[in-house]
Amino acid sequence: MDSASSYSVLVDKTFWLILGSSIIMLFAITATMIWFVFKYSRKRNPNPAQIEGNAILESIWTIIPTIMVLIMFFSGWAGFKVMRNIPEDAMEVTVYARKWSWMFEYENGVQSSVLVVPVDKNVKLNLVSNDVIHSFYVPAFRLKEDCVPGYDNVAWFKAIEEGEYNLFCAEYCGDQHSNMITKVKVINSEEYDTWLVEQDTKPIGIDILSINGCTACHSLDGSKLVGPSFKGLFGITETVLTDGEERTITVDEEYIRRSIKEPMADITAGYPPVMITLPNLTDEDVDAMIQIIKDLK
Amino acid sequence: MVESNLINSYLGNANSSGLKSWIFSTDHKRIGLLYLYCMMAFFIVAMLLGVLMRLELLQPGEQFISAKTYNQTFTLHGVIMIFLFIVPGIPAAIGNFVLPLQLGAEDVAFPRLNLLSWWIYIFGAILALTSLFGGGGFADTGWTFYAPYSINTDTNVSLAVLAAFVLGFSSILTGINFITTIHRLRAKGMGFFRMPLFVWGLYATGWIQIIATPVVGITLLLIFLERTLGLGFFDPTMGGDPVLYQHLFWIYSHPVVYVMILPAMGVISEILPAFARRTIFGYKAIAMSSMAIAIVGYLVWGHHMFTVGMSDTARWIFSLLTFLVAVPTGIKVFNWVATLYKGSIQLAAPMLLALLFIFEFSIGGLTGLVNGALSTDIHIHDTSFIVGHFHYTIFGGAGIGLMAAMHYWFPKIFGRMYSEKSAKTAIGLIFVGFNTLYFPMLIMGILGMPRRYHDYLPEYQPYHMVSTIGSWILVLGITIMIWNLVRSARKGEPAPDNPWGATTLEWKTPSPPPQLNFDYTPEVQTGPYDFSEILSKDANKKKQ
Repeated sequence: MDSASSYSVLVDKTFWLILGSSIIMLFAITATMIWFVFKYSRKRNPNPAQIEGNAILESIWTIIPTIMVLIMFFSGWAGFKVMRNIPEDAMEVTVYARKWSWMFEYENGVQSSVLVVPVDKNVKLNLVSNDVIHSFYVPAFRLKEDCVPGYDNVAWFKAIEEGEYNLFCAEYCGDQHSNMITKVKVINSEEYDTWLVEQDTKPIGIDILSINGCTACHSLDGSKLVGPSFKGLFGITETVLTDGEERTITVDEEYIRRSIKEPMADITAGYPPVMITLPNLTDEDVDAMIQIIKDLK
Repeated sequence: MVESNLINSYLGNANSSGLKSWIFSTDHKRIGLLYLYCMMAFFIVAMLLGVLMRLELLQPGEQFISAKTYNQTFTLHGVIMIFLFIVPGIPAAIGNFVLPLQLGAEDVAFPRLNLLSWWIYIFGAILALTSLFGGGGFADTGWTFYAPYSINTDTNVSLAVLAAFVLGFSSILTGINFITTIHRLRAKGMGFFRMPLFVWGLYATGWIQIIATPVVGITLLLIFLERTLGLGFFDPTMGGDPVLYQHLFWIYSHPVVYVMILPAMGVISEILPAFARRTIFGYKAIAMSSMAIAIVGYLVWGHHMFTVGMSDTARWIFSLLTFLVAVPTGIKVFNWVATLYKGSIQLAAPMLLALLFIFEFSIGGLTGLVNGALSTDIHIHDTSFIVGHFHYTIFGGAGIGLMAAMHYWFPKIFGRMYSEKSAKTAIGLIFVGFNTLYFPMLIMGILGMPRRYHDYLPEYQPYHMVSTIGSWILVLGITIMIWNLVRSARKGEPAPDNPWGATTLEWKTPSPPPQLNFDYTPEVQTGPYDFSEILSKDANKKKQ
C-alpha cells in the first residue's frame, strides 16, 4: 500500500513491530499446543502428571509480555505525538464534511470537491461538520480524525509523494456513507499555485454542484440516488408534498430556486425529506445552478 | 437405569410437562434451557442477516439490497447478536444450568428473580422486534446508536434503544443472582479458591453486569428522551455534546465485551483439565486474571474514541491502560497451553473446540494490540480490521466458547450423547469457514477499507469475495453442528453420569440431574481439578 505522508513510515514501524511479534507469538502458541496434543495423547501418555503451577515460569510469562506491550505502547505513542504536533508554518485547509460529500476551502477562499495540496508542504486541516459525525480518512497518509459537529478538531500531514490518494469517510453517517469518497491530489508547488489562481478566476461551472454537495444525492446521469436526478428534470411535471399535502407542479426556474433556498418546502413524492440548506450560496450561484440543471437534458 | 434417570430428572418429572411448566418454572435448569432456545433462534436470524450482508458485498455496486436496507441490516445484525444473543450468552444459558450444580446447590439464590430475568429478556426482545414494523422501519444507526445521527434519523431508533434499556435489567438481575449464589450457596468445604474456574468467570462477569449495565441503560434512555421530548443531551444544535454520548456508551460497552468473554474463558478452563486428565496449570493466576481483566477493563473505554478529538493526554492514558489488559489475558492463554503439558489428552469435540478457541481468540487478542497502540489505531479505526478483530475475539472467543460449552455439558443437560463424528465434521468446517470469512477483513482493513460500507472501491474486491465464500462454509458448519445437537438431544445414545471423567460436582449427579440437583448433600475436600479418584478408578478397571 502507498505510504505517502511524512509520518507514515513511523506508523508502519509500529505496525511491523506489533504484527511481527504477534505472528511469532501466535506461531509459538499454536505449535506448542499441537506438539503437546500429539506428544501427550491418551494413547502415548496414559498417566498424566499433576503439575499445579510453576512460579518461575508464570513470572516469566507475566513480566516479558508486560515489557513487550510497554514497548508497543511507546512505539505507538511516539508516532502519534508526531501526528498531533502541528507545524507552525502549515498552510490551512478547512474541511467541510456533510451528508454525503466533502468540500475543501483554501486560504484564499477557493473551494473544491477534491483536496488539492502541494507536495512536501505541511498542511493543517480544520475539520468541520454541521450535521452528523464524519471521519476524514486517507489510508496512504495513515491519517484519520473525526469531523464532529460542535468540535473544532484539527489534524495535519505533509504529503511526500505526488499522486492521487483515496479519501474516505470512515464514520458511519447514513445512506450514502459508502459513497462519501473523494481524492487527495498531491501536485508540485508550481502546479498548485497555478491551480489556485485558476480556480479563483474561472467562471462558475458545473463543479459548483459537486462543491456544494448536490451530486452526492442528485445524479447527473439519470440514476436514482437519495434525491431525484438532475438529468431531464427541467420542465417535467412532478407530484410533491407541500406541508404534507400532495400537489402537482412543473419544474421551472421558480420551483428550483425555492427548492434550493427552502429544501423542506416541497418534497418530491417518493424521496426522503433530508436536504439541508446552503446558507452561503449567492444569488449568482443559484442562477448558475438553475442554468446547469436546465442544460442537463 | 438411564430411562429411570430421565423420568426422575428435571426434564421428565410427571407433573411438569407442557409449555406452562417451562415458561413459569423457577428451576434454574429449565430457565437455562429457555434462554438457550431463544438465544439460538435469535442467533440463526442474525447469522442469516450476516450472510445477506456478505452476499451484498460479493461485488462492488448494489447487488441485492439498497444502501438503506444494508444499513438497517448491519444494525439489526449487531443489535440481535449483542443484546439478544451474546450478552445474555454463556451466563444466562449455560451459567444458569451449570452454576448451582458446580456449587453443589439446589438452585440459584433467587429462583423467582431468575424467572423474572427471563421474562424481561423476552419482553425486551418483543420490543426490539416490534420496532422493525413501526415508525420508519428498524434503526439504521449501527448497534452503537451514535449521536447526533441517532437523534436525527427518521428510522425507529426510539423503540430499539428502549428495548436495549429493558434488556439491560435482565442482565443486571442475572448478575445480582449469580453473585449472591456464589457467595451464599457453595457446598460445604468449598472455599473461594476451591471453586471451579467457570464459577470464577461468572463471578467476575456478575460484577461487570451490575456496575456497568446501568450506565448504558441511562445513556440509551437519554437518547430516547432526546428523540421524544427534544431535550438536548447529545445534539450540538440543541447545546448537547456528541462526544459525551460516546463516553457514556463505551463506559458500558467496553466492559461488556468482558461479560461476553470471561464466562467463555471459564468454560475453556473447565474443558482443558477434564480432557487432559490433570489439574489446571496456575489455578490462582487464572482466577485472579479474570478479576484483573474485569477491573482494568473498566478503564480502557477511550480506545474506541482515539479519533474523536479527545485530548492527547487522555488518548495516551487510555492506550497505556489498554495494553495493560493484554497482560492478564496473555497469562490465561499461557496457563491453558501449559495445562496440556504432560496431560493425558483425549481429542473429543469439546477439547477440539477449546483448542480452536485458543487459536482464534489469540488472533483476536493479538490484533487488539494494533488497536491499542495510538498511531496504528488511528489508521485501522473504523475499518474492516476492527470488524475482523471483533469477530475473532467475540465469535472466535465467546461464540466458540459457547459451542464448546454446549458439547461439554450436552450429556449432562439432555442425558444423551451427541454424534462425535458429526461434531468433528462441523468443527472442521467451522475452522475453515471462520478464518476464510474473517481473515480477509483484517487484510482489507490494513489496506484502508472502511467499515459499514454498502459499496466499495474495486481494489478491495478479491478480499470481499473470499470473505463471502468463507461465510458459506461457516454457515454450513454451524448448520451441521446445530442439526447434530438437536437430533442427539432426542435420539442420542444414553449418557453416563460422567462421560468425560471430569471432577467438578455437576458430574457427581445423574445425567440429566434430578429436579433438586443432588440426591445427597455434596461436600468438597479438595480443589476442583483433583483427578486422583478418576485415575485410580481407571487403573482398577485395567487390572480387572
